[in-house]
Amino acid sequence: MRVKTKNNFWGYLFASPWIVGFLVFGLYPIIVSFYYSLCQYDVLRVPQYIGFRNYEELLFEDDYFYTTIWNTLFYTFVRTPLVIIGSLILAVIVSKAVTGVKFFRTVYFIPSIISGVILSVLWMWLLNPEYGLINTTLQFFGIQGPLWLIDPNWSKPSIILMSIWSLGGGRMLVFLAAIQNVPKQFYEAVEIDGGGWWAKFKNVTVPFISPVLFLWFILEMIFSLQVFVEAYIMTKGGPLNSTLFYNLYLYNKAFDDFDMGYASALAWLLFIISGVITFIQFKVSKKWVFYSDGVEK
Amino acid sequence: MTRQRRNNHFIFILMTVIAVFFILPFLWIVLTSVKPEAEVFSNNFLPSTIQLDNYIKLFNKIPFLQYLQNSVFITGVAVIGIVLSSSIVGYAFSCIEWTGRNTLFYVVIATMMLPIQVTMIPIFVIFKEFGWLNTFKPLTVPMFLGGGAFNIFLMRQFFMSIPKSLLDAARIDGCSEFKIYWKIVLPLAKPALATVAIMTFMFVWNDFLGPLIYLSDKAKGTLALGLGQLAGQQQPEWAILMAASVLMMLPVIILFFFFQKYFIKGFTMSGIKE
Repeated sequence: MRVKTKNNFWGYLFASPWIVGFLVFGLYPIIVSFYYSLCQYDVLRVPQYIGFRNYEELLFEDDYFYTTIWNTLFYTFVRTPLVIIGSLILAVIVSKAVTGVKFFRTVYFIPSIISGVILSVLWMWLLNPEYGLINTTLQFFGIQGPLWLIDPNWSKPSIILMSIWSLGGGRMLVFLAAIQNVPKQFYEAVEIDGGGWWAKFKNVTVPFISPVLFLWFILEMIFSLQVFVEAYIMTKGGPLNSTLFYNLYLYNKAFDDFDMGYASALAWLLFIISGVITFIQFKVSKKWVFYSDGVEK
Repeated sequence: MTRQRRNNHFIFILMTVIAVFFILPFLWIVLTSVKPEAEVFSNNFLPSTIQLDNYIKLFNKIPFLQYLQNSVFITGVAVIGIVLSSSIVGYAFSCIEWTGRNTLFYVVIATMMLPIQVTMIPIFVIFKEFGWLNTFKPLTVPMFLGGGAFNIFLMRQFFMSIPKSLLDAARIDGCSEFKIYWKIVLPLAKPALATVAIMTFMFVWNDFLGPLIYLSDKAKGTLALGLGQLAGQQQPEWAILMAASVLMMLPVIILFFFFQKYFIKGFTMSGIKE
């Protein structure tokens, strides 16, 4: 009994930094954030309770809201599969024991450790329609490149292109680690049956790493819904609001207009949207995710 | 065997082609940063002469050294705070048996799912009430409070691998929990500490949103913030921007070449749970 009390004392003492942090910067803000979303609040005066007025205004009166939803969902649903497939291809390529493979892994990985601000600045310059490296190269091959970030039809694809280039190598490492854990005898079994690399990839690699792929589908979607820095630096939401993403709008409402109640309502709706998308993914995952220990999670 | 060889040649060429796509943009930043002004707006890849004017102009344009100092301070304090507090909390969740431990650990994991937008505004209001806006406190003090779910998780995983008998033997010898944590567990956990330190360095050094929200006073800015402001001008001066980018990413790249192992560990750990 004495040992147990002593353990409890030390346990809570050692955990106390997190407990304090969680109460002050986790639990309290969640509750207050919901309260703010029901208020008119400009930080200077005390919050005025207005019921669900912010939500009503968002859903029924705010045209920007639907613009940001469209932009953000477009970004999320186009980017997520591309990043995952791209980094999976990279991972498969660098999983082969070829001379210099470590060097190539390093090269692909480096953009992942660079600040999003630097990458945004770099890509603004790469995508410069007249003098950027990309259009200059395209011109060399006789192709007239698009206006990229200046063209409302190309602005979202431009940012997606950039994020695949920046993130691919980091995700590659994750998938590479998963691929290296696949038991070798399964590949041998496919070889005996006369299967080639595609059969190996489709019937062994993908099923075995599907839990990791699934986890990253979820994470990548959540990250995509939160896109901010790229748009803030590169386009400020333009041209014609084509890159006005959800979080950029939220940031503008909160820290430019100081409309904290409205911004809190936006935050809660985003939370709900993320939750719904994650829930759907869990439902769909039963069809394709395979757990080698036979346990469904 | 020859087929295998041919395949390997093919893969090598493929990897080289892909590598060009990753290396060229970096090369281009560096080349742009040393180009004479007149050549920046031209389609020549290589500069005619190499000159460092853009770097000098950068120092005149923004208080670069001040930003550097601010970034170093914030990052340094954050690394210390997160390594210390995530290891202490990780110790509680792995090396001590106490009531409520497992339940609270689920809460730790659950906080990973929470989008920062939901907590961002109330936390901003808290710091405003404290009078901490335009100080480094919002970016440093919270780092001592737990160190983030992912880091706690990483520490706990590592500490679990330390044999329990070792800790119990120390307890029988009359060691206090603090002494066991400090003298036995931490020295054994150097790889985990290094991974957390490296990942924290990278995140805090690169962070843009935090400084953007809390540091509106220009003299208090960080490098990331300064670069963002430079890029936001009506007519961005590309050569100067590229020079700033080179200087800002240099520390991360240098660190990467010395501690590659820990970067890779940090990135792969984030993807494989259990």
